[in-house]
Amino acid sequence: MTATADATTPAGEVPSFEVTLRIRRMNPEGTSDHAAGEEYWEEFKIQAHATDRVLDALHKVKWDLDGSLAFRRSCAHGVCGSDAMRINARNRLACKTLLKDLNPAKPILIEPIKGLPVEKDLIVDMEPFFASYREIMPFLMTDGPAPERERLQTPAERERFEDTTKCIMCAACTSACPVFWTDGQFFGPQAIVGAHRFIFDSRDEGQWDRLEILNDKAGVWKCRTAFNCTEACPRGIEVTKAISEVKKALNTGEI
Amino acid sequence: MSAPELIDPKPRIRSGRTRRKAERWSWMFMRLSGLVLVLLIFTHLTVNLVLGEGVSQIDFAFVAGKWADWWWQVADFLMLLLAMLHGGNGMRLLINDYAHSKAWRSALMGVLHLSMVVVIVLGSLVIWTFDPCPVDADMSLLPSFCEDVLQ
Repeated sequence: MTATADATTPAGEVPSFEVTLRIRRMNPEGTSDHAAGEEYWEEFKIQAHATDRVLDALHKVKWDLDGSLAFRRSCAHGVCGSDAMRINARNRLACKTLLKDLNPAKPILIEPIKGLPVEKDLIVDMEPFFASYREIMPFLMTDGPAPERERLQTPAERERFEDTTKCIMCAACTSACPVFWTDGQFFGPQAIVGAHRFIFDSRDEGQWDRLEILNDKAGVWKCRTAFNCTEACPRGIEVTKAISEVKKALNTGEI
Repeated sequence: MSAPELIDPKPRIRSGRTRRKAERWSWMFMRLSGLVLVLLIFTHLTVNLVLGEGVSQIDFAFVAGKWADWWWQVADFLMLLLAMLHGGNGMRLLINDYAHSKAWRSALMGVLHLSMVVVIVLGSLVIWTFDPCPVDADMSLLPSFCEDVLQ
């Protein structure tokens, strides 16, 4: 994977190029050049292939150039949702973004996602984000005794909330939301997506508890339909549409 | 092996408000008033600036002539009221978003509400107590129907 390009490039090998990463850094303990907690830009030049993703480039920096660089990643294949970051001023997953798609002629800007407190370099404190998700009670709520076998639903009933089941909780949407940036009071798009997944599930009976929570001052009404969330979602969820469906359910009283 | 016991989620403390439907009505009001305002404002602009002689026709007599008709009084009053409430509510949302300290919030909210009340009260007074034919005024500036009224 990390084969370096040399003078005798074999036929068929992917072309390689030099790329500059400009990374927003912060060390809570400080370094020899920077005070504790100070935020600064640092540039790294690396050799990359056309098949490399931003995550591969970050690995190269961490493994070969500067081991103190901190970022989260787990599965590295766009499923775990650990490596959402702000790349060239847009929230994306580092593991799903190819360097060649980002104009490698210019430095590639990599920042932590906005609106959440930075802990170190690209790692942010996700707790406020998870707290919002917990508040909408993301678990099946039912009345009466549990059936002996599984709870059935038709394909059409399943289709109703199919889109919002795809969420991987990477926080790309919530940290792209201009309302979330302002005061951190807003639930954020992800919590509403998480609620949508249960509100429109025919097996669930806690819809109105969740809708009542989202009817709050910090709930869906803070949404200004900026569409940043829909644009940012690496899973292609129509987030703004889901939020509008929750608003509609609240306005009409029908689910 | 047993699963850990799940504890009920804690009650919400995010906002201890009792007016639970306030934000929903605010959202609805913004949409509906916005729709009505679009109609009112474009009618206003067309009648004042496009039809007739355009912008040069606007003078005291023109305004007096319009407000002699009760329909224009109602339309202008509605436009004043909706524009102030719509704009004021928008400003309220902005203050909620951006003014974090309590002092700033209450100061800005105070100024906002005061200015809304002042503009609505003054504007309503002008619209509803308007005298198109003030005594001792230059006849050439007044609408034509004043000649019958003042003589």
